Amino acid sequence: MMNNASGTPAPTPPPSDHPAVHAAGLTVVRGPRQVLRGLDFDVPRGRITGLLGPSGCGKSTLMRSIAGTQAKVTGTLDVLGLPAGHAALRSRIGYVTQAPSVYDDLSVRQNLDYFAAILDPGRAAADRRHENVEHAISDVDLASHADALAGNLSGGQRSRVSLAVALLGTPELLVLDEPTVGLDPVLRRDLWQLFHTIAADRGTTLLVSSHVMDEAERCHRLLLMRAGEILAADTPDALRTRTGTDTVEAAFLHLVDEAIAAAADNQSRKESVR
Amino acid sequence: MTTTATPRTSPTALPEPRAINLARTTATATRVLRQLRHDPRTIALMILIPCLMLLLLRYVFDGSPRTFDSIGASLLGIFPLITMFLVTSIATLRERTSGTLERLLAMPLGKGDLIAGYALAFGAIALIQSVLATALAVWALGLDVTGSAWLLLLVALLDALLGTALGLFVSAFASSEFQAVQFMPAVIFPQLLLCGLFTPRPDMHPVLEGISNVLPMSYAVDGMNEVLKHTDVTAAFVRDALIVAACALLVLTLGAATLRRRTA
Repeated sequence: MMNNASGTPAPTPPPSDHPAVHAAGLTVVRGPRQVLRGLDFDVPRGRITGLLGPSGCGKSTLMRSIAGTQAKVTGTLDVLGLPAGHAALRSRIGYVTQAPSVYDDLSVRQNLDYFAAILDPGRAAADRRHENVEHAISDVDLASHADALAGNLSGGQRSRVSLAVALLGTPELLVLDEPTVGLDPVLRRDLWQLFHTIAADRGTTLLVSSHVMDEAERCHRLLLMRAGEILAADTPDALRTRTGTDTVEAAFLHLVDEAIAAAADNQSRKESVR
Repeated sequence: MTTTATPRTSPTALPEPRAINLARTTATATRVLRQLRHDPRTIALMILIPCLMLLLLRYVFDGSPRTFDSIGASLLGIFPLITMFLVTSIATLRERTSGTLERLLAMPLGKGDLIAGYALAFGAIALIQSVLATALAVWALGLDVTGSAWLLLLVALLDALLGTALGLFVSAFASSEFQAVQFMPAVIFPQLLLCGLFTPRPDMHPVLEGISNVLPMSYAVDGMNEVLKHTDVTAAFVRDALIVAACALLVLTLGAATLRRRTA
């Protein structure tokens, strides 16, 4: 990697001579199974990168590795210039798990108040916290439900509470595991608008996973995954052009067929050698 | 802001910040109490059941007030232990299964902050429970203690802390709430049988007496009996109280070790 020692004063966000996430030979083992097999990829800063692939292909494991909660990670995985899981990253990453992780027996605001107090503790920060909480609530459009118990909300509303928690403290990197699953089309559109606003206005890097291919069109860049490997990493346009297809879905299927054919080819070549 | 070259190492375990952050600890305690406030039935059960049991016990031993004195004093120490054990094991199990623990540990929260927060919140509930139960036993039910009722309260609080610690620890070995409640008979009942409540510990089979010597509840009950029989703070009382406190701290540390930032 280039390390250009620039003498310019640091503007905000700080000059980034490295991508938000850099992986080389990233491997994760769960039980007897290798879930991620030597991945190499980069996630550029300030952009929305979509992580797409069928259920069970290792998307969640990859996101957990980046968030620093996955055990048995080997290879290189640097996040915002530090090894993944570094203590200094804990306040710089917002991570939303697939199942909403909020307290069902607290109201929306109480949930956010608590997580805000963990990110930015102390009485001196009370005003700033209050502002952040109100901001996060309006970001996910839950102002009318702010005092409702999280457990009484619908599935989509609860997942938005979980997202609001990740937005507290304006993280530099947002890792969102299937944030739009089970949401109606209007909400999905609104959330994607929010993601684009966050990336454009705050310079936040977003890594968003989905197994719905039509969401791919809304991302700046895509990582297509299958069976613990990266099939392709490119922009949606470039993927469609390269495969000569009209949609990302068709491009994905094309790449899968290609990979299967290549594997079969390899196999038969090995056998013919024997 | 770090400007160092990217380390080419795989993620490794990093040293945890040692000290407990007071603001994060109190925030956690407040959150736990807020959760409880949305569940008034649990609060009522936690606070009223010990009182009802003491009332029941008083009239079960209507003809022998001496027996009520000794069993009643022991129970004042045992109730907070059992209640806090149950509540903590379920609460932390929920925290583990709901994903909130994973979220918290991905945030800048120290394990010590989380555990101290729980201990503080449940300690406050235990305080209310013990004050009510002790007051009822001593003033209304005529529990005859030679020593100070404050010392009874102190032991009750230490027991509550021990219960919190044990609950936190066993929740790591339960993958469902069914399993968590089954740890109650597994962890608490043997201590209940061997703590000297039913028969003085020296009268037990020597092997059982030996086992009872290493179980913390034995010292909780011994401490209560010291207060029952002596006017002043005896050396034995201090020893018993210190042993219970040390056990609670030891188990809390073990509990902290079961909180993993990285899981498979």
